[in-house]
Amino acid sequence: MINDMSPYLNSNKIFIWSKKNLFSSWINSIMTIIALIFIYKVGTFFLNWAIFEADFITNFRGEIITDRTFCSKNIEVGQHGACWSIIFVRFHQFMYGFYPVEEAWRVNVIYALLPLALIGILFDKLPFRKIFIYFTFAFPFIAYFMLYGGPGLSVVATNKWGGLLVTLFLGVTGIALAFPLSIFLALGRRSNMPIVKSICVVFIEFIRGVPLITLLFTANVMLPLFLPEGVKPDNLLRALVAVTLFQSAYMAEAIRGGLQAIPRGQIEAAQSLGLNYWQTTRKIILPQALKIAIPPIVNTCIGLFKDTSLVLIIGLFDLLGIGRAALSDITWTKLYYEVYVFVSLIFFIFCFGMSRYSLYLEKKLKTDN
Amino acid sequence: MEQVIQLEKVNKWFDDFHVLKDIDLKVERGQKIVICGPSGSGKSTMIRCINRLEAHQKGHIVVHGTELTNDLKNIDMIRKNVGMVFQQFNLFPHLSVIDNISLAPIWVKKLPKKEAENIAMTYLEKVKIPEQAQKFPGQLSGGQQQRVAIARSLAMNPDIMLFDEPTSALDPEMIKEVLDVMIQLAEEGMTMLVVTHEMGFAKTVADQMIFMDEGKIVEQATPDEFFNNPKSDRTKLFLSQILNH
Repeated sequence: MINDMSPYLNSNKIFIWSKKNLFSSWINSIMTIIALIFIYKVGTFFLNWAIFEADFITNFRGEIITDRTFCSKNIEVGQHGACWSIIFVRFHQFMYGFYPVEEAWRVNVIYALLPLALIGILFDKLPFRKIFIYFTFAFPFIAYFMLYGGPGLSVVATNKWGGLLVTLFLGVTGIALAFPLSIFLALGRRSNMPIVKSICVVFIEFIRGVPLITLLFTANVMLPLFLPEGVKPDNLLRALVAVTLFQSAYMAEAIRGGLQAIPRGQIEAAQSLGLNYWQTTRKIILPQALKIAIPPIVNTCIGLFKDTSLVLIIGLFDLLGIGRAALSDITWTKLYYEVYVFVSLIFFIFCFGMSRYSLYLEKKLKTDN
Repeated sequence: MEQVIQLEKVNKWFDDFHVLKDIDLKVERGQKIVICGPSGSGKSTMIRCINRLEAHQKGHIVVHGTELTNDLKNIDMIRKNVGMVFQQFNLFPHLSVIDNISLAPIWVKKLPKKEAENIAMTYLEKVKIPEQAQKFPGQLSGGQQQRVAIARSLAMNPDIMLFDEPTSALDPEMIKEVLDVMIQLAEEGMTMLVVTHEMGFAKTVADQMIFMDEGKIVEQATPDEFFNNPKSDRTKLFLSQILNH
């Protein structure tokens, strides 16, 4: 133990490792050195730009930045880094869109509760998991009441929602609604009943065959036609419908892959015990198929989360849309890098989280067997 | 004796392959019937028709006085009374041994969980592996898995058991432990249809031997007659191959 911790041995280990992996031949050594120079250059450039030479609240003269002309880099051209003030000044919009400032606490409550609602379904060995699952089922109602309003809370129409709120709303709700729908689609596609089967095949192939943008446009224009005269569903709901349908088609195909991996013998064994179709599906087929399909399912979820930014084209302002709106504001225009880096970072945090979770699940299921 | 299974001129096709040709078979309560024959002779298909894992296209199959048709109610009723053991065990890999066995009693018979688990333990003791109850199928040997599969079928308290080559996928040293369980079951008076090439087992247990070839029952006789005095040349050839082997 003591030996392991000695700095001499440790640095020796690093030396041996790098000699073996980084400097094994002279070509390898040159590549390593070039790569190190590249990483160093890019890394220092980015850190200088993003942190050391950047403005946060004030510029290099110590003035509080209230518009783009106060950014250090606009005062001394080429001398300074990022001007993050645009993020700080417009932080409310990035997080809540046009949600009234005095009501923003309601969104914060939901942001804080969201992890609690997810944790129960994400981790099966959680203590008191049942309570968390109950909360998960109650959460949509709580969220609706808090975000939209109701008795005791003023109504905030969805056209006031924006930024991260819209991104998360579409992403999380879209995935949550698409999941059960996609299970039925996947099962339906393998059904023996010709009508059910063809409906599912046509639905999946049609939805997969058109771009999400087209679906968003269609939902925007067509949905009102199917509803009674005078009922005007709001934009966010239309986007949600499009996103959910889109996601369910992709997820259904991922789940179908899992279903196909289940040996026929599993179904026969269940049938011979007297289990009916739904019992067999619920108790035998789905638990195994979903396990197999986790990586592709998570893959489609990551895809959807990013695709929510397309709602911009039907007039909704998600995180990216708010960023673009900020850029078109004459007082802040041209701060592209700051806005896009910030928006990318937020997207990355969520997508990377999903990706890590999928890896964790794969690892966990491997040890199960 | 009461007839529990009747097959009358049963025909079945896989596309245009005629797999069962005019099968006639009567099984009485408590009878043990061993079915053998070359691969592709239709023996597995025949017993799979009895619990409707395969549908026949012509003829009649009557189990416990109920005819097997497309009527799902009849199929469900018959499956509850007919257990089946497969060559590949077909245990549910995501469920523990005890959950494998108690699943059907809970969901099909609607028994309370506690009672179903007690039943499961009883049958695990019967197949002599109660200590494996909490393990998963993947952690058991082939012989143990097949015994769990037998216990799983028995837990539904069937009065007919179908065995589809139950020892063919097992290592030789595990065959005996499974056959012992089957012999014990036979001694208790279970009605059994067994597709197997274990001729020693057949001699000990069978009331009737059936030899199938090319979708037909070629010969049906008592074991004594079947092994010592087979009528058809096809049977003689098959027996000489399988017994000298």
